[in-house]
Amino acid sequence: MASPVLPKLVGQRVKRREDPRLIQGRGTYVDDVKITGMQHLAFKRSDIAHGRIRSIDTSAAEAVDGVEAVFTGAQIAEFLGPMPIGTPFPSPDHRAVASDVVRYVGEPVAVVVARDRYVARDAADAVTIEYDPLPVVVDPEQALTGQPAVLHADFPNNAAVGPLPSGTGASPKAVDDTAIDQAFAEADVVVSQRMVNHRLAPTSIEPRGVVAHYEPGKDAMTIWSSTQNPHILRTFIAALTGLGQDQVRAIAPEVGGGFGSKINIYGEEYVAAALSKRLGLPLKWVEDRSEAFLCTIHGRDILAYVDLAARRDGTVLGLKLRLVADIGAYNMLLTAAIPTLTMTMASNVYAIPAIRATLTEVFTNKTPTDAYRGAGRPEAIYFVERAMDMLARELGVDPAEVRRRNFIPSDRFPFKTQTGAVYDSGDYAKALDRALEKAGWEGLKAERDAARAEGRLVGLGLSMYVEVCGVGPSSGLPTGGWEHSQVTVERDGRVSATTGASPHGQGNETTFAQMLADQLGIPMEHVRIHHGDTGVVKQGIGTFGSRSQAVGGAALHLAGGKVKKKMAKFAAALLEAHEGDLVFENGTISVKGSPSSAKSFADVAGYAYRPVKLPEGLEPGLSEEAFFEPSNNTYPFGCHIAMLEVDRDTGEPRLLKMVAVDDAGHLINPLIVEGQIHGGLAQGIGQALIEEVAYSDDGQPLTGSFMDYAIPRASDFPRFELESTVTPTPVNPLGAKGVGEAGTIGSTPCIVSAAVDALSGFGVRHVDMMLRPERLWRVINGGQA
Amino acid sequence: MIPTAFEYERATSLDDAVAKLAAAGGAGKLIAGGHSLVPLMKLRLSEPTVLIDIAHIPDFAGIREVDRKIEIGAGTTHHDVATSPLLRERCPAVADAAAVIGDPQVRNRGTLGGSLAHADPAADYPAVMLAVDADLHIKGSKGWRVVAARDFVQGVFTVDLAPDEVLARVTFAPVRTAAYAKLHQQASRFAIVGVAAALEVRGGLIASARIGLTGAASSPVRLSNVEAALGGQPASSETAAAAARFGGAGIDDLNSDIHASAEYRRAMIPVFTRRALDGALARLAG
Ligand SMILES: Cc1cc2nc3c(=O)[nH]c(=O)nc-3n(C[C@H](O)[C@H](O)[C@H](O)COP(=O)(O)OP(=O)(O)OC[C@H]3O[C@@H](n4cnc5c(N)ncnc54)[C@H](O)[C@@H]3O)c2cc1C
Repeated sequence: MASPVLPKLVGQRVKRREDPRLIQGRGTYVDDVKITGMQHLAFKRSDIAHGRIRSIDTSAAEAVDGVEAVFTGAQIAEFLGPMPIGTPFPSPDHRAVASDVVRYVGEPVAVVVARDRYVARDAADAVTIEYDPLPVVVDPEQALTGQPAVLHADFPNNAAVGPLPSGTGASPKAVDDTAIDQAFAEADVVVSQRMVNHRLAPTSIEPRGVVAHYEPGKDAMTIWSSTQNPHILRTFIAALTGLGQDQVRAIAPEVGGGFGSKINIYGEEYVAAALSKRLGLPLKWVEDRSEAFLCTIHGRDILAYVDLAARRDGTVLGLKLRLVADIGAYNMLLTAAIPTLTMTMASNVYAIPAIRATLTEVFTNKTPTDAYRGAGRPEAIYFVERAMDMLARELGVDPAEVRRRNFIPSDRFPFKTQTGAVYDSGDYAKALDRALEKAGWEGLKAERDAARAEGRLVGLGLSMYVEVCGVGPSSGLPTGGWEHSQVTVERDGRVSATTGASPHGQGNETTFAQMLADQLGIPMEHVRIHHGDTGVVKQGIGTFGSRSQAVGGAALHLAGGKVKKKMAKFAAALLEAHEGDLVFENGTISVKGSPSSAKSFADVAGYAYRPVKLPEGLEPGLSEEAFFEPSNNTYPFGCHIAMLEVDRDTGEPRLLKMVAVDDAGHLINPLIVEGQIHGGLAQGIGQALIEEVAYSDDGQPLTGSFMDYAIPRASDFPRFELESTVTPTPVNPLGAKGVGEAGTIGSTPCIVSAAVDALSGFGVRHVDMMLRPERLWRVINGGQA
Repeated sequence: MIPTAFEYERATSLDDAVAKLAAAGGAGKLIAGGHSLVPLMKLRLSEPTVLIDIAHIPDFAGIREVDRKIEIGAGTTHHDVATSPLLRERCPAVADAAAVIGDPQVRNRGTLGGSLAHADPAADYPAVMLAVDADLHIKGSKGWRVVAARDFVQGVFTVDLAPDEVLARVTFAPVRTAAYAKLHQQASRFAIVGVAAALEVRGGLIASARIGLTGAASSPVRLSNVEAALGGQPASSETAAAAARFGGAGIDDLNSDIHASAEYRRAMIPVFTRRALDGALARLAG
């Protein structure tokens, strides 16, 4: 009987198969993991930003009924070493629990092990600590003077990294500034501006959490964590607990978002693992929202002195970018590397002949920063795009035209920028043209001018971006930059596949199933994707840098190809045909041109597991794995356009229109891609308009809850108008580039540019984010922004 | 985010709530919608040892008109106030204020009584309660008493309510020509500045005006200088514009925080006074 014809799924808007269980509350998150005898951790945290611990009294905490043990930082240090980092930069000693000096509000000082969460929390409150307060520094430029505080004795003037010139890596070589000096000497116009790309809190809907279960009888540890990269977690947990990687199994169950913040391995995870091993007890810690604001890494917080040199015709001759990154109190896993991406991406989509970027990273008494959606690229694009906008305004040229004049032409790829990035492929003019057409740019300008004639403050903003995704070749990552997959055709013809790309909202279970269904000619319902468990997924790196599809998907594609090849050999034996003549479709394998010859996919699978006559040179079974090592990162790009109105009386900005044209190469599932862009836009616009982490001068967080830290609501936005152009990448077999971060990168500068345009009548050239109504009101009323 | 341990009791009647409060001797707290109390408890800024749940007291919620006065039970949720056909018809400004409180979750749980008793300086209801000149009906161990809205709030988070007293209901004479205008704080959605204006218009002239302000200062206040400037003037947009300008003058305890400085709040008072007045005047026609 002929099977129903199966449609090709790659490229289709297939609904996420993850959603029904997640929406109905049927997912299993770390907090759902319960083990008999499990105890709970609570951390006593510093409530001051900088101070020396004079004394800790844990006696009252130990006396609380239900408390198993209380550990101070000094006690923890006896069996847990300093926290490792994943970058080649120098780092101060950083302990999971401080024993000597605290350097930010929220830093752990003691940990309680207790019967339940409530007892643990009460006991943590009962720990009393006396501090000798030290001076606090929260402003990065002030911190660089070494006054009034130096956080780490080995880092004079709080300089964690740098000044580091672009293109030189972690160890600066001799720098030649001839070209950049000449560019500025020849320029007709130079626009200069200090800009701040402020600090954000990632605020994933599920906070962090960990369950560590060391079983003394097995001498093995299982650790559940809300992480983006269980394999990396396993590596580090093994190293710090003195176990081999074979002895540690790391599981990322359902992960409710991460936005980069769950790449890092945190002190709480190390402490849970080390204490579980020491006490022989399963231990759980789940972050609460207050802790998430204090102790989960923050993102961004880079300020820049930008100078852009150009000819009067708009040709950009040179760019200087002096960056100061406020990284907070410590180096975390990737902290020091993130701002280097800002340097790397400073050329944006432009063929800028001379660039000199210099980066200094600074310690301050704040929560450490690390990767947050976009991670270094939004900052770069923001600085460059705001400067391009200022240039357009200075020259009186349409902002689209200034950009077009400086594009890297589509025939010059691969293109090496002055900051050392090698862009794989691009067609920037195409994205710009599509965006201008979709937005109706000329019409919008007329609309804006008409609104202005009525006295309304309406503005338009446009931005181009290119970012770096599909991270990346092993040379660029200390963990290696490959991804792994194993595809198994089971005896019944169903398919189980594993991926090392551990999703936390990306929808890999859907896209990867679509791919395998097409590749093997079977229904998608017969394919299951396993992830997030080092006991099941043999190898992996993880999900960050928009790499799931471009690297993880490519590994899956290779493994799928291998298993298909082997299956073809079994089918060829059964059908007495040549393996090259076989067609996999509609759940059957048949000889090309002879559909009546078809064997069902399941029958061939069954034969592979009981090959009564094993074809020569074949082993039984159908399970193949592949590592994929990309030859380069991918460089998706796009153009975003916004229209915004500022209330003349109050300064409140209101977004009227948002158009995004993104080019992420080939798309496996446009619906999921749009979801990623929607979320990215929300966070990018959120940064421009309403999100900001603020501290008082004495280092107290002023945005410690959602009552003060705003995140966007659907009602804050007009309907997003999206479109794609498709410029495949040559660096992987799928031609897919990655799209997880795009929205946060393109949107922020175009929102700010639209606000500046709206307020241009008041003589303003630049306004720093976030665009609080008061800030815009001050511009309207002639004050300083 | 984990409160200290507490006992939970459910009150079956107003008298039962009063008795339970008295028995708790100051360590008890009423809980209605929990949308102000529970956040405080989670941060351990409030650590009651007994919670007395008043949300299930019969007839504690509801909106009706009695003797030409509107009566709203203290247990009425913001959502029910916002969507009340009676209020929409007779005194829409009160419904307007309820409709812009927080988000749907907050409006589905939070209550009028809880909001007034909590007295957050940025809460919305206090401004409208001043504008409609509401009376608050309070039941305690010693019996009933009535306090005018303008006398109820004594400072930031402090009100004229003894530890054994329950706010039972609010009554006021409905005013149709009234409106509420608000500048939202982006994160919490509380008011940075909220102004409620209630006008009595006779023969095209403003016979009397009551303007309540919230959010801007340490406690809600009437804008008496604006009220004075409106009195006897034609009910027009020009009058509104001229009078609104007086809003904010003379207030010396303006709030200042990361969301808005005192200077900005001062500047926003006339803006939202004007919007509230225009909103009220727009109802003259309708
Ligand atoms: C996210 C969020 C956003 C919000 N945004 C806004 C906003 O925009 N505008 C605004 O005005 N409010 C806002 N609120 C506050 C909200 O309106 C609260 O619901 C309201 O302030 C309290 O009402 P409740 O019934 O929840 O009181 P509860 O939290 O149960 O109680 C609050 C206090 O009042 C006492 N109390 C309660 N009922 C009585 C009574 N009948 N008699 C005596 N004492 C009583 C309690 O003991 C407690 O001390 C927001 C709250 C949240 C969580």
